[in-house]
Amino acid sequence: MDIEPTFSKTNPTAGVVGQPMSRVDGWAKVTGRATYSAEYSGLPGLVHAVLKTSDVAHGRVQSIDVSAAQRAPGVLAIFTHQNLPKLAKTPNSPDDRKAFVSSPMGFFPMESDQIFYAGQPVAVVVADTLERAQYAASLLKVSIVPEATISSYLDPKAQLYTPKTVKGMPGVTKRGDAQEAFAGAPVQLTATYTHATIHHNPMEPGATTAHWEGPNRLTVYDSTQGVSETQKTLAAMLGLATEQVRVVCKFIGGGFGCKAWVWPHTTLAALVAKAVGRPVKLVLTRPQQFTSMGHREEQAQTLRLGATREGKLLALIHDKSSTTSPWDDYAETNTRITNMLYALPAFEGTYHLAHANVMTSTATRAPGDMPGAFALESSMDDLAYQLGLDPIQIRLLNYADKDPSNGHPWSSKSLKQCYQRGAELFGWNQRNPKNGQTRAGKTLVGWGMATASYPVHNSQGNARVRLYADGHAVVQAGATDLGTGTYTVMTQVAADSLGLPPENIRFELGDTDLPSTQWSGGSTAAGRVSSSVYLAAQDVWQRLIKVAVQDNKSPLYRAKIEDVMVVKGQLLFRTDPDTGEAFGEVMKRAGMSDIEGSALGRYGSSYEAPRAAANADPNKKDHASEHSMHAFGAHFCEVHVDPELGTVRVTKWVSVIAGGRILNPKTARSQVMGGSIFGIGAALMETTERDPHLARYTNADLAGYHIPVNADIPDMTVEFIDEHDPYVNAMGVKGIGEISIVGTSAAVANAVFHATGRRLRSLPMTPDKVLAAMREPV
Amino acid sequence: MVSDLFPTPENTSEPQPDSNARRSFMKQAGGILGLALAPPLVAQAERLTAYSRTIEGATDLTLRINGQTRTVRAEPRVTLLDALRERLDLTGTKKGCDHGQCGACTVLIDGQRVNSCLTLAVMVQGKEITTIEGLAQGDELHPMQAAFLKHDGFQCGYCTPGQIMSGVACVSEGHAKTDDQCREWMSGNLCRCGAYANILAAVREVASKG
Repeated sequence: MDIEPTFSKTNPTAGVVGQPMSRVDGWAKVTGRATYSAEYSGLPGLVHAVLKTSDVAHGRVQSIDVSAAQRAPGVLAIFTHQNLPKLAKTPNSPDDRKAFVSSPMGFFPMESDQIFYAGQPVAVVVADTLERAQYAASLLKVSIVPEATISSYLDPKAQLYTPKTVKGMPGVTKRGDAQEAFAGAPVQLTATYTHATIHHNPMEPGATTAHWEGPNRLTVYDSTQGVSETQKTLAAMLGLATEQVRVVCKFIGGGFGCKAWVWPHTTLAALVAKAVGRPVKLVLTRPQQFTSMGHREEQAQTLRLGATREGKLLALIHDKSSTTSPWDDYAETNTRITNMLYALPAFEGTYHLAHANVMTSTATRAPGDMPGAFALESSMDDLAYQLGLDPIQIRLLNYADKDPSNGHPWSSKSLKQCYQRGAELFGWNQRNPKNGQTRAGKTLVGWGMATASYPVHNSQGNARVRLYADGHAVVQAGATDLGTGTYTVMTQVAADSLGLPPENIRFELGDTDLPSTQWSGGSTAAGRVSSSVYLAAQDVWQRLIKVAVQDNKSPLYRAKIEDVMVVKGQLLFRTDPDTGEAFGEVMKRAGMSDIEGSALGRYGSSYEAPRAAANADPNKKDHASEHSMHAFGAHFCEVHVDPELGTVRVTKWVSVIAGGRILNPKTARSQVMGGSIFGIGAALMETTERDPHLARYTNADLAGYHIPVNADIPDMTVEFIDEHDPYVNAMGVKGIGEISIVGTSAAVANAVFHATGRRLRSLPMTPDKVLAAMREPV
Repeated sequence: MVSDLFPTPENTSEPQPDSNARRSFMKQAGGILGLALAPPLVAQAERLTAYSRTIEGATDLTLRINGQTRTVRAEPRVTLLDALRERLDLTGTKKGCDHGQCGACTVLIDGQRVNSCLTLAVMVQGKEITTIEGLAQGDELHPMQAAFLKHDGFQCGYCTPGQIMSGVACVSEGHAKTDDQCREWMSGNLCRCGAYANILAAVREVASKG
């Protein structure tokens, strides 16, 4: 195959890509006109569904008395496990489950009388108004015969086991002989880090509006990070062909991983909508959000780090213990980052899981890498202090020039620049090398830093460009804008690719009627969709060049196609760039009002693979070799710790990220700040407490579950390193949504250590833990 | 305690911190006991009066929203938030928690910021209700909306209408005079995307233009 064009080749001079353009969907968002999934009020006969959930975490439904609820005004139907319409396929059957693109857990509720977790749906009430549905649901009398519960991996009844695989990675990873290397290491550090259960808590709870437009035609407005995945999974579960299901999500009120999958409430909404013959809206309440769309699992990580006296790493042994559901072997893959971040000759990583009465945990912003970095980056900090080295120095000493986990070269890596620039911006050279020595009044002041990294996940998807002769264009891809700026950055990419001003571009997303692309998750969307859009524009040019060279009125008549290039909408001879004409001229003479192009864009190793194959030169091995693809970065943090109250305030923050080409520094800065704030929340306040006896959450709302508020957040500085990566995709873009959180909690913990001389290894670092640590001798 | 964050007892005639200002409220309740002993405000007295009435079943409610008079048939238990979203097609006001914990549903009632999820529609008849849809004049954005756009004061946009309504009130209350004060008085509006620094910049810019 031909080598695909790349943006840096066709657009060597700067256009709107890389400019801090304000969001194109901003007007809709600041005026309240943006339509989220629960806001399609115009559907004919729309009714409301409300979930009734189990208060018991384990047991069997003995009876559900629906009599009072049925008599309540406005009630259309009440569904329980006894009368819920049957699904064509459910995840309860492992064979069926293979048909699902995006089912997060091996269990669908209300298929039987079994209760496996608190908050599991036991009934769905449909009524003409929300209030009537809520009231009727409150009248249901659910009797459950309880059975013994296991609340977490810490429960004495829990049985830890090592799974064969976790998320496709082996349950045990060994590289070299880490045990022997650790045993012989002159410097040994062993520490255990714990991480509380946390919830994504997007501001918009899960919401589905399901509308059957015919017996085999379903439109679902769903708050989802991937319309295509939701479409395919719903179709399989409902026994429909894929094209019979349309999924729409034009605006989504945050996701952070929990909306990356099809959870039971979405399928239930579609099921009951068919049964009542009316469009149905089902919105989770905030407490239901805590038991309906997954969470980041509580976990303990023990790191055994061996090093030379000079600080060179010799071995890392990483054990993770965590809770999973009764049906799945799910764990965040924490060892991914601990195996690759530093030049480490020997590694061993093992997952230990215990089934408990809790739903399956799921991807949460930088799954695995975020808690993994907390443990590793805290240990690296310990090592630096123990050896009297600067925390940056210990990291440079162990800098990985290639990926130690697989020996591959990096596609690009600008981590040293991140350290250097971050240190400059923060004023790191003023750092007091001693712990617990800096005060501001009575508060203790500390500085900490940590490394960030996030992999480039392989993904691909389509886009379509329709260019009008009048210089406007409609550009489409079935992507999602989670607030990440997809609408805006794709408008910028399309504008430069077509040589048009951005206001002449309309970018459409969030609908399975548009060209399909994968979800917005794993920091893949910016790189994948931008490449698809760019290549679709190139497809337009290729088609138009063919028209021009056959037109005897064109200055390009009878030119070879490969001799024509397109610069800012002008079709020109490569060898004679003064000769050519504008695309509109070609189209007018040909009587074309518009022309369409489409393309498949690839992100990550699937992009590199065809390029390498096309380039294959048997004498030059490195052409065909794979690259290891990661974004890198560094976070710097200042905290003030009140030694009497145990409160920790973040007072200064610097993040420097090397994420390939930054499409829009304004939206990118916002995204990185947001990721850091998410991490500050996990570091200092976020925890969902599950009762150890009842396995039920005790603080499942936004009063009991604290996320950072405005007053918790200081001024933040974000910068990006100018980085050119020819291997990741046609645009040279790496994602930044997840790397922004990786290392953040370690940066805070390291700053707390610097301030107090106390190492806190249990997140969140709430005042009680800080005070307890302050009482311990240094 | 930094004095400009919290009103001193002599200026308690200022609007009180709304219940959506979670942290402020708690700090105040702990820090200024005098407030708890102050006589009930007029609004509270009105609410007590409303409780004594008996209304059953759906009735026609007349609401004054964004300068228009709207009639809606609803039961007395219907919150202002659900009346706006489910019955009046004013979905700009968002439901994030339905319990006054997140601020996404913030609207102005007679110029004061209020959590519409904690307000029954039947109780705000005769009052001037302003929602996010009522801020712009045609295509001309309210300065607070324009400032949010300029400073990228949002990502997913779901908390944004509440933040903007809160920001408008925060400025008119005189609680956006310093960065710290503004942070504190905007802390009843949660933003999970973490746009706080940009929200602060937007509200402060509007406040500084007076």
